[in-house]
Order: sequence, then C-alpha cells, then structure tokens
Amino acid sequence: MVAPRITINGEETPISPAAPQTTVLDFLRERGLTGTKEGCAEGECGACSVLVARPGVNKPTDWVAVNACLVPVAALDGQEVITSEGLATVGEAGTAPTLHPVQEEMAVRGGSQCGYCTPGFVCSMAAEYYRPDRCAHPEPESDPADGTDHEHGPNGFDLHALSGNLCRCTGYRPIRDAAFAVGEPADEDPLAQRREQAPPAPVATEYVQDDSAFVRKNTLAETLRLLRERPDAVVVAGSTDYGVEVNIRSRREDCVVAIDRLPELRELRVESDHIEIGAALTLTEIERRLDGEVPLLAELFPQFASRLIRNGATLGGNLGTGSPIGDSPPVLLALEASLVLADADGERVVPLAEYFTGYRQSVRRPGELIRAVRIPLPLSPVTAFHKIAKRRFDDISSVAVGFALDIEDGVVRKARIGLGGVAATPIRALATEAALEGKPWSAETVEAAARLLRGEGTPMDDHRASSLYRSAMLGQSLLKLHAQTTEAVSS
Amino acid sequence: MSHLSERPEKPVVGVSMPHESAFQHVTGTALYTDDLVQRTKDVLHAYPVQVMKAHGRITALRTKPALAVPGVVRVLTGADVPGVNDAGMKHDEPLFPDEVMFHGHAVAWVLGETLEAARLGAAAVEVELEELPSLVSLRDAIEAGSYHGAQPLMVHGDVDAGFADSAHVFTGEFQFAGQEHFYLETHAALAQVDENGQVFIQSSTQHPSETQEIVSHVLGVPAHEVTVQCLRMGGGFGGKEMQPHGFAAVAALGAKLTGRPVRFRLNRTQDMTMSGKRHGFHAKWKIGFDAEGRIQALDATLVADGGWSLDLSEPVLARALCHIDNTYWIPNARVAGRIAKTNTVSNTAFRGFGGPQGMLVIEDILGRCAPQLGLDPMDLRERNFYQPGQGQTTPYGQPVTQPERISTVWQQVLENGGIADRKREIAAFNAAHPNTKRALAITGIKFGISFNLTAFNQGGALVLIYKDGSVLINHGGTEMGQGLHTKMMQVAATTLGIPLHKVRLAPTRTDKVPNTSATAASSGADLNGGAIKNACEQLRERLLQVAATQLGANGSDVRIVEGVARALGSDKELAWDDLVRTAYFQRVQLSASGFYRTEGLHWDAKSFRGSPFKYFAYGAAATEVEVDGFTGAYRIRRVDIVHDVGESLSPMIDIGQVEGGFVQGAGWLTLEDLRWDTSDGPNRGRFLTQAASTYKLPSFSEMPEEFNVTLLENATEEGAVYGSKAVGEPPLMLAFSVREALRQAAAAFGPSGVSVDLASPATPEAVFWAVQEARAADAPKTADVHDGKVHAEALSGA
Repeated sequence: MVAPRITINGEETPISPAAPQTTVLDFLRERGLTGTKEGCAEGECGACSVLVARPGVNKPTDWVAVNACLVPVAALDGQEVITSEGLATVGEAGTAPTLHPVQEEMAVRGGSQCGYCTPGFVCSMAAEYYRPDRCAHPEPESDPADGTDHEHGPNGFDLHALSGNLCRCTGYRPIRDAAFAVGEPADEDPLAQRREQAPPAPVATEYVQDDSAFVRKNTLAETLRLLRERPDAVVVAGSTDYGVEVNIRSRREDCVVAIDRLPELRELRVESDHIEIGAALTLTEIERRLDGEVPLLAELFPQFASRLIRNGATLGGNLGTGSPIGDSPPVLLALEASLVLADADGERVVPLAEYFTGYRQSVRRPGELIRAVRIPLPLSPVTAFHKIAKRRFDDISSVAVGFALDIEDGVVRKARIGLGGVAATPIRALATEAALEGKPWSAETVEAAARLLRGEGTPMDDHRASSLYRSAMLGQSLLKLHAQTTEAVSS
Repeated sequence: MSHLSERPEKPVVGVSMPHESAFQHVTGTALYTDDLVQRTKDVLHAYPVQVMKAHGRITALRTKPALAVPGVVRVLTGADVPGVNDAGMKHDEPLFPDEVMFHGHAVAWVLGETLEAARLGAAAVEVELEELPSLVSLRDAIEAGSYHGAQPLMVHGDVDAGFADSAHVFTGEFQFAGQEHFYLETHAALAQVDENGQVFIQSSTQHPSETQEIVSHVLGVPAHEVTVQCLRMGGGFGGKEMQPHGFAAVAALGAKLTGRPVRFRLNRTQDMTMSGKRHGFHAKWKIGFDAEGRIQALDATLVADGGWSLDLSEPVLARALCHIDNTYWIPNARVAGRIAKTNTVSNTAFRGFGGPQGMLVIEDILGRCAPQLGLDPMDLRERNFYQPGQGQTTPYGQPVTQPERISTVWQQVLENGGIADRKREIAAFNAAHPNTKRALAITGIKFGISFNLTAFNQGGALVLIYKDGSVLINHGGTEMGQGLHTKMMQVAATTLGIPLHKVRLAPTRTDKVPNTSATAASSGADLNGGAIKNACEQLRERLLQVAATQLGANGSDVRIVEGVARALGSDKELAWDDLVRTAYFQRVQLSASGFYRTEGLHWDAKSFRGSPFKYFAYGAAATEVEVDGFTGAYRIRRVDIVHDVGESLSPMIDIGQVEGGFVQGAGWLTLEDLRWDTSDGPNRGRFLTQAASTYKLPSFSEMPEEFNVTLLENATEEGAVYGSKAVGEPPLMLAFSVREALRQAAAAFGPSGVSVDLASPATPEAVFWAVQEARAADAPKTADVHDGKVHAEALSGA
C-alpha cells in the first residue's frame, strides 16, 4: 500500500504525520496554504470551501466544493484538491499571477470587503462555474408566478451553489453580480480539461498515527468484515456530522471507517416498482441524477443544508445519525421508504417507519450499514415538503413536514405524513393520516385534520422556536398545502 | 468651500475602485493575524480555561493536572501578572478573575506546544466554585435594580407642558435584542519578545493604541516597550474595538514568561461565549402628539444590558440617548439612561454604537402609534421631520445642520422606488391574496458623526517619500474590510498630485503613529484622511518650492497633477520622480507626520448637552416585504436607498458599506436571535446560540431580491476631508424599513388600521404571532387620549 498522499493544487504531498482526525482545513493551513479559512468549524460558513475532483454526473469528473473543516485529510487519500491559491495561474517569477475568471469578477465588482470569506466564496463559485450543464441548460425560472428569478443568473449560475457561504460585510449583492457575470470556461482552462479525464479513483487507506486509525476498504464485503471486527469503529461518509463532533465537541475516535466511495453503496436504480438509492451517494448526486423524478425529493434538496453540505452528505448519513431533526426522514417517511441494511451475514429490509427506536437510536445493529434506501413506486401525486426555519438557505428545521397524498375525484385515498422536530425520532402523523383518508379534500376536512396534526408529537421549546409555534406550524403546513392545491386548481 | 473639503484638479478621490487588497483577498494570499503562525517558529498555543457557571467565587484553582498533560508548557493565572490584572480601562474587568461573572468566563490560560495539548491542558485544570445567585436576563436585572456606571439624563424644553399640549398621549414598553458581531475572523493575536524583552504583538484589533496600553499595564512596562501591529481584520464591526486587549495581553504575558512566541485564536464557540455583543435594550416611554400627529413631548427611560463589566457601555448609552430623536423634531424631551449589570458577556461597541438602539425606540413608537393616530406611517414620519430654517436643535442642544437633506433623500427614494404606484399594486395584491401580504415602508436616518468624547476626535499619519519617488503612508486607522486603506491611498495620491500606483500603505503599527483613536464611530476616513492630507500637504509645499526653482516660477503658481509639476501658463514640466530626487539632493525632508483634530466640537457629559458631532449623515430606505400568513416566513422583495456620503471618496467602497450595513441591520432586526439559558437548571446563563448552526446571520436568501443604492449627489460636506462623509455605521439603520414593512405586512392580515406590536428580532415566529394578533384584532379604536393609552399599555404587556 502506498503511503497516503493528497494532490493539492497539482502537487502531491504525503498526509503523514497529520493526526487521523486532522481536517483538510488544518492540513492545508499547516502547509502554509492559509487562504483556506476557519470561520465556524462546523460547515456553516463556507470560509474553508475547497474544490475536490469527484466522479462526475455529466462528465467523467466534476469539481465539487466541500467544507474543508469537516473532511479528515485522510479521507482524501489519492484525491485532488484545488484551493483559492491554486485557482490563480502563476506567472513568471516576479510577476503577479493571473486571476481565475471567478476571482477576477469577485475582485473588480467589490465582492470582497474584509476578504476573510472570499477564498471560500471563490471556490464555491468556481465549482458552479465548472458545472458542465450550467451554460448549456440554464435552470428553469424558480418563481414563475411573477416571471422573475432571483436565484439563477442569465449564465445559468445557481445561487444555491453559494448557499453554504456566509459573508458578514457585503450584503451579497456584489457577490451575486460576480456570480451572474462569469462566462464559460475557456477550452484551454486546465480545470475544465480535467473534467474530461477519469476522476481520481478511491484508494484503500489504512492510516494509523498514535493508535488512531482512518481506514477505507475497497469493497462492501471487506468493510462489513472490518466492522464486525471493530464494533467500536465510527462509520463516516461525507463527515458532515462527524466533522462537527470532532471540531466542536472534541470527539476523538480510535477507528474511523470511510464508506463514501464503496461502489455497492453508490448505485441508483429505477426499477418497475421501486427506486433504489445508494446510501453513500451524495445528496447532490441524487438530486442531479434523479433530475426531478421524485418531486418530493426535488423539493427537499434545495432546502437541505447547503450545497457545500449536500456535496458531502448522504442519505445513509442523515438516517444513520438518527437525528430527529434531519430533513430527509419526514420526506422518506411520507414516501414510505425502506432501508436496506447490510452486515457481514447478509441483508435485510426495514421500513423506515420501523427504523427509529429512540433519540438517535435505531434498529440498526452494531456492524450493520445502511446500504440503500428504497422508495416504492408509483409515487403519490400530491406531495410537499414544508420546512420551518429561521433562514431560507442553510438552516436547521424547527419542524419539517413531508406530505404524500393520493387525491382522486376530490377524495383523499391515501395520506402519508412524515414529521421531523416534534419528537425524539422522526414520526409519521398517523392520526392525521387516518383523519384525511376517505374524506373529501375540503377546507372542512383539512381544518379538522390540521387540529389533529397540531397535537401530533410533543415539540419542545428551544432557541430555534417555541413549542407553541412548532405545534402551530404542523397544522399550518396542512392548511398551506390545501390552499396551494386549491389555488393551483383555480388558476 | 473650505480648505479641508476642496478637491484639486484630477483628484484620485472620487474614482470608483475595488478594495486595495481585492487581488489578495480573492487569491487567498491576504494575510490575517492567525495566518502568521505558520510563518513563525516555535509558537506556543494559548487556550482558555472557561468556567461554565453564570456566577461564583473561585475557591480553588489547581493547575498541576494540566502541567501533567504532554505538551503543556505553562498555565497562566492571576499570580503571573506583573502589572495590573485588568483587561479594560475601567478597572472592573480582571484579566484573571477571582469571581466568575458569566457562563464561560475564562479564569486561566494554558500554553501548549500544540493546540490539542493546550486544549487538553485546559480541560485538566481544576476549578472549584462557590456558586452565587445570577441575573441572566435584562428584565431580571431591572427588577433586581442591578445597575452600574453612569446614569445620564437628557432634558430639553418642558416635557410636562408638552404633554399638557398633546391631543394624543401613548405609553408603552419595548425590549429588543442585541446582536453578535460574527466577524468571520475570530479574535486572534500573536505575541513575540525581542532581544531586549520588548513585546511585539500582532493583533486583530480595531484599536492598536489601546491594545498597546492594556498590554503595557498588564505587563507593568511603559508603552514604548510594547508595539502592536494589525495587518488587517476579517471584519470588526466594533467587536474588536475594546475586546481584543485582554486576549492580546494574555498572549503577551505568555510570550514574556516563556520567551517564545505565543498565539491564540478563539474558535467560534469561544469567541461567541467570551466576547461582548451589541447591547440589547429595554425602553419605557410616553409620547404626546398634537391633533396633526406632531410630536409634542417624549419621556423615556432606556436601559442597556451592559453585561458583567462596563466596557464601552457608558458611551454606547450616551449615543443611544443622542439618537432617540433620529430625524424628528422633539420640542420637549426627558430621556434617562441606565446600564443594567447582568451575568452575561460584557456588551460592547457594535456598528452604530447605541445609535441604532436609540433610533429603534422612536421608529418603533411611530410604527405602533401611526394606526392609532389614523395616519399612514409614512405620513406620520414625514410630518415630524426636522425642518430647515427653524433653528431646531436636537434634545441635547446641537443645531441640526443640513436638515433639508432629511426630506431630500426621502423624496428621492419616493421617486426612485416608484413608491406611489407600488403602494397601489401592493393594495391590489393584498386584496387578491388572503394568505400572503406585502407591505412597503420607508424610514430615514440622521446619524451624528464624531466620537461623543471630544478628545478621541484626533488622527495621526506618517508619510514617507523615498528617493525613487515612491510613497509609503502610515496612519492610525485599521483595515477591517471597510476600505479605509483604499480611501487613504486615494487621499494621499490626491494631495500629492500623483498616480495611485506611486502610493503604498504600510500595516497599522503603534510605533509609526502613536496615541491613535479606535477605528470606530465611522470616523476612520475623517480623522486619518485629515491627518494624511495634512502630512501630504507639508510634503507638497516643500516639493513645490523645489519645483518652483526648477521651473523658474513662484511656488504658489506650481501645480502637481498626475505626477507632473507645471507652472501656471508654462509648458515646462518636471516629472514627480525627478522632482523628488532633486529635493533629496537639495536636502529637503521627504517625510512628514500629519495630524488632524476635528474642529468645533464640545460636549458636557454631566449636563448631557453640547455639540458633540461635526455633522450628520442622512439616508432613507424603502423596503418591500412579502409575508406568508401560514408561517410568518418572509422575503425582502425590493429595497431602494438614497444615502448621503457627502462627496464620496471612493464610490464602490461606499456603496459596499451602504449595502453591507443595511443587510447587517436587517439581520439584527429580523433573524439574529441571541438566546441564553434563563432557567434555574445546571446550565443557567449558558449562551445557547453559540455557533453558526444556531445563530443565523443573513445568507443569500435574505439579501433583497432587488437592491438599488444611490449616493446623494452634490452633497459636499464642508467639514470633512475632500468633502466626504463618514459611511461605516449609518447605513445599518436604514434597515428599520425592513422591520416597519414587516409590521405593516402583519397588520395587513387584520382589519384596516390595526396597530401591531412586533418583537425584535422579527423572526418568522415573531411575525407569525404578530399576524395572529392582527387577525384577532377587533376593528381599531378611534384615537383619543384615553383609548390610546389603554391600547398601548395593553400592547406593552405582550
């Protein structure tokens, strides 16, 4: 096995002697690449955003922006990283480097004030700049009601690409102008060319320092055997939750096992009666590959954390941590999803509704992994995801509600409602579902059901919202859905 | 036109250009304090020992277990302080306290070979505490009568007579939250000791001279043994005016005791739990209007949540009182101020420095009272503007200069924003949409420029011209993203008459310019620009004499424009570089220190009267919002701003300040929610929203969808450098229009004319409750004295 190494701005560097929990951010900074900044160390501000070469959706390789503060450097063994320093083209000795087009736009349009968040913005912006389908297929207008679209530029730039970057100085207008001004990459642009080549392959890694190990196996079978031997091992994919634990709560583990590149966990198959989504596909990959095929998921993704997080986070991770305020469970509960759980002995399928057993607890056994999520087909035609939070981009839900309804001839034939943030686990709103099924989809039914829905779960009071507001929002979400469906019909 | 404000031919000021460091920003090569660590050998890392209780007396502090942790080099405690154990200027802020005054108070610091070792060492320090009762909320402190510091009282006219003359009198209360600075770069410093034992500190500080002063008193050495440098800050917003000093002193003490460089950088959690924030306030008020809605009298008491020590709470409170009038003529006023002492972090300067809090009180009053007076809020505000030619003074006795600009910017916003048409469109939209409402509100600002304390209104500079014609400028101001350095280079190039590329700027250091004031109060460009201009004028005068001889003309007939000296009416030219070289050989001094003091200021803090401000900055903003009646969630659809920056020194920089200030103000008023554990549980006093995941700043989703900023034209300010006005703070307060628009949108869900009480911050939840209140409201009561009182008092209980 070759000693773990990482290619940064085209230069290969050994990872040793960094500690296994060392983040990409600290690794870069310790090597003098101080352009990458720490603003929050929990994947919320994007000051540490860097570009990573990953398997592409439309081309062999995509440049994907991730939060360097969350990813252990050992997870990038054999991988290629570009930082803000590496985006500029170095000129002859003594001359200033040539700015990258996104750097140029940011600089000349006043996109930087204090400059601390700027390298991160530049990297997130560069990732969107290189998105292969950006110019070819500008996103549809997101707000057709009044014919305007504030989240997409004429150049196809999706502002959600910057949803994980915070700036405290500019008020964002000049950054938006810069984003909407970038053109298409030139043919000779080396990073554009890199997209045409195969991505760096995942590399089996066994990186051990001071009795602490970071391990990546090539196959699921090897991984499951390892997990059987090391039941204390912590499994990570995008590290978007574990990274926060390491940084904020100083969690240190003896054995961390990476599963994000296991091919068996990265398949997406549409069968006749279900869709199977690999547990280690990133949310961005699922979003792009499904391309709207599951409308409820398409509604969820833009509201799920930020692009920087979605570029690392997986459904397996969101379900594996068992958080009651994860945003995917309410949606997946409404979709009646099941989980395919695998261990060294084989596989079993568990309905998501039976998966959670308590606060951050589930039926998943030690040594068992979520291999895939199955969504049964056909899908219910009326779906909605209502997330209640303080901020529209990149916030944690106070409550979240997923709806999937079959309404035929004005009568609710089937109702599935998933709730997050109202109990120790994500739950189904069973009483409300029962109150809707078989009833006309009328204001009367909905008002009665909304009263029931307010009483589902036991939401708490905290810094995000009062319990009173949380309860109220459950009922309001149903009223809103009803208003939206009837408004849509009337118009 | 005054000498100070007059611009020469082809000035470099006024040219729109990006930030002088933009190139380094975007390439990641701009250095911030903590980036220096990797360039420094043998650095020790300092980590705080925070005690997680709101209040208690330390009965034992055992450092021995920490020293047993591998890599721990030393633990710093109060016993190590050779000088004064105090981090502030009021001597109420022990650097190493015996008494824990807030949850997360640092009582000792551990120095380690690595950050990890220092962290583990800090966790190993044992602290025993005798817990004491704590006051966590502002309301608790007010009820307990827990106050500290000054108790200003501002009296103007005859308040009792004013109320007697009022047709409508309303009373109310309003408590509103503070704000976390959330500069992207947390507090950081790197201290080193030279061969003579002198200390060199690189610090992320807005006030290097005061950092120097506090480090020197902690170390017990004279100021000339301490040098502080600030390369640049990753944002400051007032949070690095007073707060960096103690932290820098810890690093300096560590360096002094170990002989090795010592670095600290607070992580976000430490920064948020240890450093002060914008003061939240409580206001109790009584206001009288005449039959036409003109303010007759205001009686108010403002209580600022000072936190555990005074820090800058007294001047913050003074500025709050001085801004309660905002743009409105209040003939009779009595406004009292108090500073509550609570067991929370010591609140400090934050962009606007109390001004926003004072102005928010009056804007809230007008927003609440307008429906009860039967007036459109826009109309009520306009009726009360200061009027030109009336000799009106502020409640603290300063004549209001340029009062016509209040109406000018307002009218321009009305025109630019097409307000009349849009109000009709909004009415039509609201009639058609039972579950979604829009509203449009305009608010204006008047913000006094200068430090209230007259002595601080001075600035210094040092300008060096080298033999090759290149120019290096130093000044006392610090760069935190506001573009001060860009403006200062433009000022120097303008005064010397040379192209901008001839001018370079050196990092701010206390050994270049002494006794500087904080880069604060929006005064950076005024004070330091005045000083640079002064230094450059001295140099220019000397060079003109040299040029005159060379060109065979009288010195007063020579001009240097774009790097070429010419005599009037002559074709003869002398290039700048040749001129400088000639001057050197003629033994003409090519360096000068410049100085500036703001003229015409006086302030009597005791009587709370005087003319503390050189001038006022004006602006107005119109904001349209849309509120979802199901959830209270909202969007900012459009913002139109006209703002007065005098004649802009650097338009792109100024527009950036206006936009950024506005969005930051909108964050304070809508989204940013400081929460403490006020329960009696084990975590009492804990700051709950101590991370980016729980404390939400505006992101892209909060920026106005349409955002039009215009700088007021033909706006020369006679009293400031090259006719400009300060811009750092005032635009933050334009965000009142967001809050008032939300109030009006919530009201639109209720019967016409309903008065809405809106919490601050107006989070979606707060807006939802306001919507519910409006929906539940009966038809509005007719406004008269008694009804008004009853209704407003009922509101105040909410």
